[in-house]
Amino acid sequence: MTDFVKPTVEYFELYPLLVVFGIAVLGVVVEAFVPRASRYLVQVLLSLGGLGAALLGVVLVAREVGTHADGAARGVLAMTGTLAIDGPTLFIWGLVIVLAIAGTLLFAERHLDGGVSAFAGQAALPPGAEAERRQLIGNREHTEIYPLMMFAVFGMMIFPAANDLLTLFVGLEVLSLPLYLLSGLARRRRLLSQEAALKYFMLGAFSSGFFLYGIALVYGYAGSMQYAQINEAVRNDAGSSALLLIGIGLMAVGLLFKVGAVPFHNWTPDVYQGAPTPVTAFMSAGTKVAAFAALLRLFYVAFGADRSSWTPMLWIIAVLSMFLGAVLAITQTDIKRLLAYSSVAHTGFILVGVLGMQSASDLAVGEITSLQAVLFYLATYGFTVLGAFAVVGLVRDASGEATHLSRWAGLGKESPLVAGIFAFFLLAMAGIPLTSGFIGKLAVFSAALSAGAWPLVVLAVLASMVAAFLYIRVIKVMYFDEPVGDGPTVTYPSVLTATAIALGAAATLVLGVVPGPLLDLAALAGEFIR
Amino acid sequence: MTQYIVLSAILFTIGCVGVLTRRNAIVVFMCVELMLNASNLALVTFARQHGNLDGQVAAFFVRVVAAAEVVIGLAIIMTIFRTRRSASVDDASLLKY
Repeated sequence: MTDFVKPTVEYFELYPLLVVFGIAVLGVVVEAFVPRASRYLVQVLLSLGGLGAALLGVVLVAREVGTHADGAARGVLAMTGTLAIDGPTLFIWGLVIVLAIAGTLLFAERHLDGGVSAFAGQAALPPGAEAERRQLIGNREHTEIYPLMMFAVFGMMIFPAANDLLTLFVGLEVLSLPLYLLSGLARRRRLLSQEAALKYFMLGAFSSGFFLYGIALVYGYAGSMQYAQINEAVRNDAGSSALLLIGIGLMAVGLLFKVGAVPFHNWTPDVYQGAPTPVTAFMSAGTKVAAFAALLRLFYVAFGADRSSWTPMLWIIAVLSMFLGAVLAITQTDIKRLLAYSSVAHTGFILVGVLGMQSASDLAVGEITSLQAVLFYLATYGFTVLGAFAVVGLVRDASGEATHLSRWAGLGKESPLVAGIFAFFLLAMAGIPLTSGFIGKLAVFSAALSAGAWPLVVLAVLASMVAAFLYIRVIKVMYFDEPVGDGPTVTYPSVLTATAIALGAAATLVLGVVPGPLLDLAALAGEFIR
Repeated sequence: MTQYIVLSAILFTIGCVGVLTRRNAIVVFMCVELMLNASNLALVTFARQHGNLDGQVAAFFVRVVAAAEVVIGLAIIMTIFRTRRSASVDDASLLKY
């Protein structure tokens, strides 16, 4: 037993994390004390201000943070080694915060649905009850969504920074729990929304049970929760390898569930469809970014020495995700489900990049590391998917959002601008040149290729062709199909949603035309510290 | 030591089978809690075996997280029960394909 050592807290490096957490707690206090009429404004300003301050903090920390002890990478091990604030962490923090700012703008949108947000007036009331009808007339809405979102952002920031297994588990839960609730809070189609929340919660809790048992077994193997010491134990082959193998497998279940990889993807379409569209937009981008960063750190830093035992598993999962995601997306008739299956396919593409893992010294000059490629892909995909779901929220009919694909026929005539932006996002997901999706795919494929995983790259290219068919089909529906009935209507949003969509579209275009600066930033992020 | 690990594996399996076979959302959720507690038992046993406190500390954190999960989970199950008058996970089947 070691004696208790007083921990030092690296307040400066942890500042972005503390700001987000502080704002989340403050948001709860606001709910208790601020009059109902002014809560909306206070909460939105608080969230945006806090996220802005946190983003500024990330930039400051990234400029100041020094070289880590072994001299290989920049970064600090904070909170007695439980959080690693290094280049990749700061990159992901910045990305998550920018996505969260866009998400807050979408949450705050009140223009689309006659002066109320997309969230239930009072979620505790059963749909259709007398009391609920009165609430609807009174235009009440939940403003708790903003603190809930800030807690989710806090989890998304802990998750990629976690440098021991316990912090990883706590980060996973802090990320997930608010999202379970947010998925159940839709104003319209409450039954679908509640069902989505139930499914997400049940399957999420089930997968985190596996994840935790995996943690227990890996701890039993290595005798420590710290990644560095697990790595040491794996290198020296210290314990029973059965414990390690089962532990890695069970932990992979939890992480692959969060990123939505086949065969743990079943929740994705249901939750993406049922959740309020702003939540879907934020969740699909943020969760994937945070969970992939955590997965990379766990597998590279803790289990990197035992690569041969987990790469075959990820090979199979990557191939399954790409093909099943793309093929099942083709059969969908609901636009939100279609985008959900396409996100499963994208998970497969990112896993291809993860499998391109090799140490920096093995690379020729100018080649990109797999970490760099995955970070870049996450940035491009995050902005594209957020923008795409934001556009889905604009196409409406009398009963709310018109998500059935047949209702989208003739959108090109109804609103060339909205249809054009959506087509642009779809082309980016398909990976057409001059969009960010092309550069992202190129980056992950070339990372995998330089690691010698050429069969995987060949399969990935085939899968992108299947996926391209799917996106082109949606574009065909929008531009060339005759509208059903009186056709779709586009509700023009306020400046909030317009800003979020413009941000997504601008990022998709700029990262496709001049990807250099962001790739350099990803390169500057360097490697994980140990 | 091994007996405790075997016991925790048995508990974990019972929980896992329960989640897959039971139909009432509350019972499914109880089975998930059983899985978490099986993990706690394993964590504490390994902590004893390795002679450090990491596992025991982790068990405390897991209990806190499990409590938070109960709050969220029961809230979600409550809303769906009020709407449908049923807590069966089979009845919630509007979202498919």
